Amino acid sequence: MAALRREGRRFAPLISPRPITAVRSSPIAPTHEDEGPIGVRYISTQVVRNRMKSVKNIQKITKAMKMVAASKLRAVQTKAENSRGLWQPFTALLGDLPSVDVKKSVVVTISSDKGLCGGINSTSVKISKGIHKLNSGPEKETKYVILGEKAKAQLIRDSKKDIELIITELQKNPLNYTQVSVLADEILKNVEFDALRIVFNKFHSVVSFVPTVSTVLSPEIVEREAESGGKLGDLDNYEVEGGETKGEILQNLAEFQFSCVMFNAVLENACSEQGARMSAMDSSSRNAGDMLDRLTLTYNRTRQASITTELIEIISGASALEG
Amino acid sequence: MLRQASRLLARPPRLAARARPFSTDLPAADQTADATFTEAWNKVIPNIDPPKTPLSFMQPRPPTPSSIPSKLTVNFVLPYASALATKEVDMVIVPATTGQMGVLPGHVATIAELKPGVLSVHEGNEVTKYFVSSGFVFIHANSFADIIAVEAVPLDQLDANLVQKGLAEFTLKLSSATTDLEKAEAQIGIDVHSALNSALTG
Repeated sequence: MAALRREGRRFAPLISPRPITAVRSSPIAPTHEDEGPIGVRYISTQVVRNRMKSVKNIQKITKAMKMVAASKLRAVQTKAENSRGLWQPFTALLGDLPSVDVKKSVVVTISSDKGLCGGINSTSVKISKGIHKLNSGPEKETKYVILGEKAKAQLIRDSKKDIELIITELQKNPLNYTQVSVLADEILKNVEFDALRIVFNKFHSVVSFVPTVSTVLSPEIVEREAESGGKLGDLDNYEVEGGETKGEILQNLAEFQFSCVMFNAVLENACSEQGARMSAMDSSSRNAGDMLDRLTLTYNRTRQASITTELIEIISGASALEG
Repeated sequence: MLRQASRLLARPPRLAARARPFSTDLPAADQTADATFTEAWNKVIPNIDPPKTPLSFMQPRPPTPSSIPSKLTVNFVLPYASALATKEVDMVIVPATTGQMGVLPGHVATIAELKPGVLSVHEGNEVTKYFVSSGFVFIHANSFADIIAVEAVPLDQLDANLVQKGLAEFTLKLSSATTDLEKAEAQIGIDVHSALNSALTG
């Protein structure tokens, strides 16, 4: 229809007096144009208005998501900060040996289920892959245990055969220790390991999330490191009360350490997720605001141009009649 | 994405300056574990910063003093809160699996598993009692005691009637249990409830 109208107008000047042409045009896609007098082309105000409406809606949605993330962050943050004391006694006792040389390491990658949270999941996956590479060598193997949909999507692409266990929908119910300890139990039952490396994003502040790796060693490796001296050398000085054998207590200790460290890691990651989502949604609403400003300018220019063109038509028509 | 890139670029020179806000004045010994890891990482994956490890987030513990200190420093942590954080006390009595164990400053370094029972903290003349479900206690040579429990409640929050009901319920479950798992669960329930009972009465 618009094409026909244009065709009609193109032939029109042969019959009627030629109006003053304003701007020389360049070929643009026909559907967006509303052609006035010959050669003047500008975007229809309707199109711009529609775009403005959708951008404004997007801005509202991202602002709302930011508020929701902020409130969720407040809730999880107190829990995470309270749980920070939990892993410290273990590190004080057993030290932290990320560079320990073991045959079987298992990387537990903690990520979120939902997206739109910035780059934290990609960082976790990159670090996990880095640790995998670091621990590769003859007779050494590294397996993955994945918590969360986002890491699953990324790791399943190239490391599918190395994945032992995938756990999703962790945050359906509010996080608590019982749930995490059941999870830890599952992992310990199904996966053989010499060292567990838990990769997560530690929450420092609303804008800063530090990727961290916590190492939990199996009791056999703890014994081995204690005997060989070095960091765990004075572990032997500790009297072990109760239980039949020292090995039994160390086993319980390792399992308890894993569940405590997991609990803290999962909470910290949840905080980081909400914080990252807050900043992502914030920058998104700001971008939407910028876009809206630019569209408003375009809209006003378009509107004024059409008014000017109308005026030109009227005036030229009037002057044609007079003269 | 550009924000991440600029953050990554800006990070390396700021590493040293950033260490201070976390109040980690790490002694040289603690840095070595991190250093081997950081070196190995940088060799294999040069483009990405190495991840941090828990050591960099912890206050280092003081070394073993030559003479026995007068007070015991206790950290009593639960998954939901730190009930006591570096509190200086005279003595704590913990319910280890081998029985009630008193811990004084200068106690030999010990790792002990806890059974359900009463933990009492003695500070001067005041005694605070908690019922702990189970956990671990680490006593270090520098008179630091770390008590990690899964659940702990002050004794005045326990209801005697509910304890009796629970005890009866689990005794019933034990007698009607068929599989080993059920028997073990019922036995755990009985242990906890009888410990609760003796905590309330004793």
